[in-house]
Amino acid sequence: MEKIPILRMGEFLLATIQVDMHDRLALALQDDLTTRISETGARGVLIDISSLEIVDSFIGRMLGNIAAMSRVLDAQTVVVGMRPAVAITLVELGMSLTGVKTALNVDAGMELLHSAVDGEREFYGSRI
Amino acid sequence: MAVVSSESVPVANETDVVTVRRRVREVAGTLGLSLVDQTKVVTAASELARNTLLHGGGGTMELTTLNGPRLGIRLTFEDKGPGIPDIQLALRDGFTTGSGLGLGLGGAKRLVNEFEVVSRVGEGTKVTIVRWK
Repeated sequence: MEKIPILRMGEFLLATIQVDMHDRLALALQDDLTTRISETGARGVLIDISSLEIVDSFIGRMLGNIAAMSRVLDAQTVVVGMRPAVAITLVELGMSLTGVKTALNVDAGMELLHSAVDGEREFYGSRI
Repeated sequence: MAVVSSESVPVANETDVVTVRRRVREVAGTLGLSLVDQTKVVTAASELARNTLLHGGGGTMELTTLNGPRLGIRLTFEDKGPGIPDIQLALRDGFTTGSGLGLGLGGAKRLVNEFEVVSRVGEGTKVTIVRWK
């Protein structure tokens, strides 16, 4: 079965969705990312959806699930590259992706992940 | 309302849902719908195709292009599944009989210009949407 590749970059995981996913493929990505966070101890996940022409309620739910699962596993998730037409449609559909961090592009997303992880370190560091 | 062309697309498995999205995108693009309107109608089609598959046990999508008074795309999803006992309830956000978010039917309605559900318990469901240019 085809899979969405997950790359490891230091303490972050990177997934770029470049195909129109059927539902099972989306679920497989959710499972794979969760497993990889736990295996690698990654502190952040960046999901690039700039190739996606639509995000429907199923994909939206998957993005929300990944964000929630990674949070429980002590990692941050940032979704980057959403097309403007997709954003408009998603909100009209009734999904606002509450709880999912977003950034305009990969660079901004990486910056957000770095600052989130560094911020956590400072916070906990000051208490030791 | 003049029908320009019509075709039937099966909705029998998950791969068909992807085909539905691609075909609707192609036709909406050919009609000259704006990118936002294309995205809306493709997203609505994706939600309804998933409903046809999961709740109706599969069916078909009839894809029709219309000319008059304006150009438009009409999609009819039909299944011979269990039907919807209470359509008003099914249209409400957050109502779900499955494991989804309950945004499919009500969400799809918000993304198009015309929306109609005809359903008979035990016989099946027919959902028709139109997006005008």
